[in-house]
Amino acid sequence: MINDIWILATASLVAAACALVGVFLILRRQALMGDAISHSVLLGIVLAYLITDSRALPIMLGGAVIIGLLTAWLSDSLHRVGKLQSDASIGIVFTLFFAIGVILVSLYTGQIDLDQECVLYGEIAFVPFDTIYIGGLEDGIEIGPRAFWAIAIVFTIVLITIILSFNRLQTVAFHPNLALSLGINIVFWHYLLMTLVSITTVASFDAVGAILVVALLVIPASSAYLIAKSLKTMLWIAVAYSQVAVIIGYSLSYALDSSISASIAVSAGLLLFITILILEIQKRRRHRLISQSEAA
Amino acid sequence: MDAFTLLAPPSTWQNWLAFWRFEDINVLWVLMGSILLGMSASVIGGFAFLRKRSLIGDALAHAALPGVMMAFLLFQTRDPLIIFLGALISSFIGFFLIDWLPKNTKIKADAALAITLSFFFALGLMLLSYIQGLEVSNKSGLDKILFGQAAAMTEGDIKLLAYVTVFILVTVVLFFQKFRLIAFNQSYARTIGLAVNRYELLLALLIVMAVVVGLQLVGVVLMAAILLTPMAAARFWSNQLPHTLIIASLLGAISAIISTQISYLAPAMPTGPWMVVSLSTLFILSLLFAPQRGLLKRYSEYNQLRKKVAEENILRTLYKLLERQNFTHNHFMQADIQAMRSMPSSQLQSTLKLLCKKALITSSLQGFKLTDKGLEKAAQLTRRHRLWENYLNEQAELSPEQVHQQAERIEHILTESQEAQLKLELTNSQSDPHGNLIPDNTRSKKEAKLK
Repeated sequence: MINDIWILATASLVAAACALVGVFLILRRQALMGDAISHSVLLGIVLAYLITDSRALPIMLGGAVIIGLLTAWLSDSLHRVGKLQSDASIGIVFTLFFAIGVILVSLYTGQIDLDQECVLYGEIAFVPFDTIYIGGLEDGIEIGPRAFWAIAIVFTIVLITIILSFNRLQTVAFHPNLALSLGINIVFWHYLLMTLVSITTVASFDAVGAILVVALLVIPASSAYLIAKSLKTMLWIAVAYSQVAVIIGYSLSYALDSSISASIAVSAGLLLFITILILEIQKRRRHRLISQSEAA
Repeated sequence: MDAFTLLAPPSTWQNWLAFWRFEDINVLWVLMGSILLGMSASVIGGFAFLRKRSLIGDALAHAALPGVMMAFLLFQTRDPLIIFLGALISSFIGFFLIDWLPKNTKIKADAALAITLSFFFALGLMLLSYIQGLEVSNKSGLDKILFGQAAAMTEGDIKLLAYVTVFILVTVVLFFQKFRLIAFNQSYARTIGLAVNRYELLLALLIVMAVVVGLQLVGVVLMAAILLTPMAAARFWSNQLPHTLIIASLLGAISAIISTQISYLAPAMPTGPWMVVSLSTLFILSLLFAPQRGLLKRYSEYNQLRKKVAEENILRTLYKLLERQNFTHNHFMQADIQAMRSMPSSQLQSTLKLLCKKALITSSLQGFKLTDKGLEKAAQLTRRHRLWENYLNEQAELSPEQVHQQAERIEHILTESQEAQLKLELTNSQSDPHGNLIPDNTRSKKEAKLK
């Protein structure tokens, strides 16, 4: 029972953090960059672990941020210097990074407690068994799963960043040109967003793996994008969607005995499609009303 | 590579020999299959690249996953054809979703791609984990399609792979003209009455087929790179579409050979990532060293042009100095040159040295002097500069103040025939808009003789 609570708490924090960051990705039309970074982060995690031999949170976050920013910067330079379309340059960079990551994982299986499976699914079901202690392994107090605290810290960072720089983020997201003319450093805010994406994906990595995190980044935020009228409501709606997806997904996985993280992502998608369906029906009805009143 | 030999026991070399002697006939088939796949995926991916939909392969490959799982669940078989059809259907649903979302909702194209990709992938993983919990036979190895495993391919897999890839290559060759037209100028294709939508659909079908058939070999996750990277690399080699496509397919084949070998030498290794790494290496090499459009080539061309411009600028400055002295005094110090043309001293000195080496000027204690050859060249540049100024003044009605800047740039690239044409079109080819005389070929020679 207590394990279920830890799993649910971790999943809901992961989903919420991803939804918040995802809103800005959708607005800045950087959904593919989110996809790319969540793939390359794998390399960051593996390299950080192989170099320092430690799984401490700051090291993992550091590795992820470096690789995440490197992905963004390399794609951008390849686009400028190599004169390739921007989506092509993103695709080349992240597939290479991800491939190297997977190769390293299969080379050092046994030394890293990562395997190809966990890269894809994450292991949210095992989250409760990897706990951390305050003050020594023997006599310390167990304070809960590692993954939970990792995502809790990252969630706080994301939340504080958004609250503190809400106006700036809003201007950059909706009016990049206005922001530029106001003298706002767009490049800085772009890379700040990429940093947030990197730390969110790395903290979600244990729970949901490298690829499903894309679903959590993009899908709830897109659902919110369809109905929200302002940035603030969009953020709230995205988080709400993500939480509903967690609950439905968790029960779904319980019923089907399927992977928890995949089920959460699937339910997020189903919620999006239901939203689109409702909007579509409303649109049709409005059209019919209009044509009826015109006929009358 | 050290760690690599650690994993595979010392017989790596023998394994490698065994691989190339094709002791296991299956090896030959897998190798042929992967080469065919590398070639057809690169070619068909090339068209996706040109249509500016480079990442479509990524989404379609992910979208195939639930189809594979569904096909297995429904028919409880690993028959390649059934799995292939299942994957084909779900990839196609993904394709239409990517198309439909941006057209009918507020969702933008990039988000539609990411949504489709991640949703279908999640659905596939959910089904996979559900299958793994079931009590059904031959479910093991189903997860191999995530990262690809060349060595795990069965004979049926390879046959299907060969049929499909050959079909793709033949179709591309047959419809090459039409695909090219659609890729480069869709609206023109429409105006001449081509059924663009039908060919677009055919192209989509071929892409989906390449993706689906490649899953066994490369895996869902990295299929995108096989479609995208070869074409991106080949573009640095040629401007001609047929050449580019051939180069792309060669690159695809090379990486297929490399990764299949690795998959056999170290069976724990997934094939897909190695294919991507070898492709990316080829891409980086092309980006840097390609003879036509590589970065090094572009950089050296830029450098040469810069040097040429600096040399010619100095020659022209010397000519102007000479003109001010009414062609009587032909020795000028570095300071004289610098007073007329601002240039960093270091660059000026190195350029002067180069000019001396080319015997366009000589340097002595009295200063720098234009040689006969140098004078001719300088007169020619000045002539072209002033002719162009005149041309702009007469034909483009620019004022004399406006013409200098443009002439300053064009004087370096005008050719002999263009010069003759300019002369023909000008009413006044004696003096430029600033009132300076335009030196002509014969006079500069005469003056040179006078000295």
